[in-house]
Amino acid sequence: MTGSESIVRSLPAELLRAARLTLVVAVVTGLIYPFLITGVAQVVFHNQANGSLITKNGQLIGSRLIGQNFTDPKYFFGRPSATANVSDGTKSDPYNAQNSAGSNLAPSNKALIDRVSKAVDQIRKENNLPADSLVPVDLVTTDFSGFDPDISEAGALTQVNHVAAARNLDPARVRALVEKDVQGRVLGVFGEPHVNVLLLNMALDAGEAA
Amino acid sequence: MVVELIGVALTFIAVAIGAWYLGGFMVKVFTGGRTFLHPVLRPVEVGFYRLSGIKEDHEQSWILYTIAMLAVQVVSFILTYLILRLQDHLPLNPMAFSGVAPDLAWNTTVSFVTNTNWQNYTGEQTMSYLSQMLGLVLHNFLSAATGIALAVALIRGMSARKLKTLGNFYVDATRAILYILIPLSVIAAFVLISQGVIQSLDPYQTAHTIQGSTQTIAVGPFGSQEAIKDLGNNGGGPFNANSAHPFENPNGFTNQFEIFLELLIPFALVVTFGKMVGNIKQGLAIGGAMVAIFVVASGIAIGAEQVGNPALTAVGADQSRTSTQPGGNMEGKSVRFGPVYSANFAASTTGTSTGSVDSSHDSFTPIGGMVAMVLIQIGEVAPGGIGAGLYFMLVFAILAVFIAGLMVGRTPEYLGKKIESKEVRLASLAVLIDVLIILGFTAIAVLAPAATANGGGPLNPGAHGFSEILYSFSSQVGNNGSAFAGLSGNTVFWNTLGGTAMWLGRFFEVIPILALAGALAGKRVVPAGAGTLGTDRPLFSGLLVGVVLIVGALTFFPALSLGPLLEHFQLAANHLAH
Repeated sequence: MTGSESIVRSLPAELLRAARLTLVVAVVTGLIYPFLITGVAQVVFHNQANGSLITKNGQLIGSRLIGQNFTDPKYFFGRPSATANVSDGTKSDPYNAQNSAGSNLAPSNKALIDRVSKAVDQIRKENNLPADSLVPVDLVTTDFSGFDPDISEAGALTQVNHVAAARNLDPARVRALVEKDVQGRVLGVFGEPHVNVLLLNMALDAGEAA
Repeated sequence: MVVELIGVALTFIAVAIGAWYLGGFMVKVFTGGRTFLHPVLRPVEVGFYRLSGIKEDHEQSWILYTIAMLAVQVVSFILTYLILRLQDHLPLNPMAFSGVAPDLAWNTTVSFVTNTNWQNYTGEQTMSYLSQMLGLVLHNFLSAATGIALAVALIRGMSARKLKTLGNFYVDATRAILYILIPLSVIAAFVLISQGVIQSLDPYQTAHTIQGSTQTIAVGPFGSQEAIKDLGNNGGGPFNANSAHPFENPNGFTNQFEIFLELLIPFALVVTFGKMVGNIKQGLAIGGAMVAIFVVASGIAIGAEQVGNPALTAVGADQSRTSTQPGGNMEGKSVRFGPVYSANFAASTTGTSTGSVDSSHDSFTPIGGMVAMVLIQIGEVAPGGIGAGLYFMLVFAILAVFIAGLMVGRTPEYLGKKIESKEVRLASLAVLIDVLIILGFTAIAVLAPAATANGGGPLNPGAHGFSEILYSFSSQVGNNGSAFAGLSGNTVFWNTLGGTAMWLGRFFEVIPILALAGALAGKRVVPAGAGTLGTDRPLFSGLLVGVVLIVGALTFFPALSLGPLLEHFQLAANHLAH
């Protein structure tokens, strides 16, 4: 079989060609391409490229796109979070923005249903809601990153009671602020309307519902 | 709901328009024509060949074409494996991550070489910036270019008139990268970054939150990676949360844009096919079958996720759609996407071989999750992975004309080439080996005690735990890369078995297909007669859909009935697993 012999004899040359092509492609797609994009993006889209960061008095307070863990009743709360501690994976560490994770619990898993049931009860209690009231589903479920920046409008309106009480504000004013802060769909079609929890809470701190 | 369905439809229309133009453009690129990019890129292309010692006009037989492809895979495998293992000694490692462990480095490298992008690691806690942008992004380009090259080689085999050669792998791959993948990635990267996807070489940022604690925010040079991740049907994101992470997918527009990128090239190749075989209707018949399966599957997933989980309603969660909330099964989903757009993404990422996710497939309803799994199991043909979708659908087309030929008792032909026992054997091999590996490895993982050692194995109890295992091997063998991510796979057992599954899946798909291309290329074209099956007609699309679904149902129905179907009926009967 001279055909297969010549193929075998050509193998080292083939590997060398492949190696040279791989290196050229590596330099172009793995170095030139990302560096070029980084260079241009840092100039043209500086704010977005660096994470849509928010600073106040020279201090970094977070990112518009990354949710924060709110537990103080004077703030609107975000969604439950499944992120864990970096060094101890068994330790819960909500809104850990360097260790993104979802719960991955199955719809049929009793652990999920029990967790949701507990969260429903707590939200009813915090906001003085009737014991049989339904709670917006986004408030009692985790997202896949662990720091969803948003809640639904219904989710924010459900929490008006505890925020107004903790801040001693007129609930109607707080409700009006929520409605003003609803971000619509992109181009009127894409995505779902939502409320950015960090921006809403910053508006509260700035006295916009006072 | 109507608005969301309009958004989904607009996305599909954009794909159809984009694919039409890109498909025609690719014909020019792969038949040596001159495009508007040539004045700039032709000198670069020539430079590539000169630096690599490649003769542009050297034609390769199917065996040499295969060897060239494998040679690139071997060399690039070694390069990436070394980068991952040695990342602590290399630059651009601001968070000082240590070298990647051997079993994880093996699994990850196989995963990216084979266009799977299965990830057993948390990107932002494992990979240096250099590992991401060089070690992994290199394969996002190379494996996508390989897929395109293979599809083009098969098209040449089908349209050639008695030829012994298929083209030149190096030239096809180089052209795919230079004229298609890089220009589209550059545009896509800037679109994504303009919307909030990050592109920074800074170390992670520490913020002082307004409630008075601190939050460390992971960043990185990821807009460039995100673009080719979706466009190249790779799916391996820089972050663990993939496209659910706001820095990878910041808003409702980027979500649909990423879906557009995933679907663009697979559908464009259908147009390329039709034009290269000289009858666009042949391409439309194939594309029609893909669209039919894809649209129905998307619809089922969207419906299932919007209806939600009965067990959540029972404990007081409101899943109804109202003017102030999208409702639906929101566990594992982002509010900005809601259930409809998340299900739209899930069907797109599994209908193609992308495997990126904007929500937790593991937490989908049993039916929604099953749609994702089935789209992978039927061979990812609706519309399928970059290149892989087309060549796998053409394999089904050969089986379809064979079955039609059996029904009327005459020798089948496709595109004027007689389909004989060798071709049917190769086509059957390509389909059946995948099935054998998926089900075989699933059985091993269910039975082997080592599967649950060191914290490995399924997260969820009951039928869903089995679904996690079945999904993982379907995804890895099918080179998809999405997961029912509750499965803990970063143990020696799962890394090794999964890496083997990905490698076997790619290898035993590619070799029969190139052999098929070689066999077809050598055949004469016979003129169509009165008894020739019209493979350019809607009737053939229907036949093709039937063959895909029957093969899929015969092979996977028993396994599915133990997983998602069982879970669905249990959930309907309010029977929870614990």
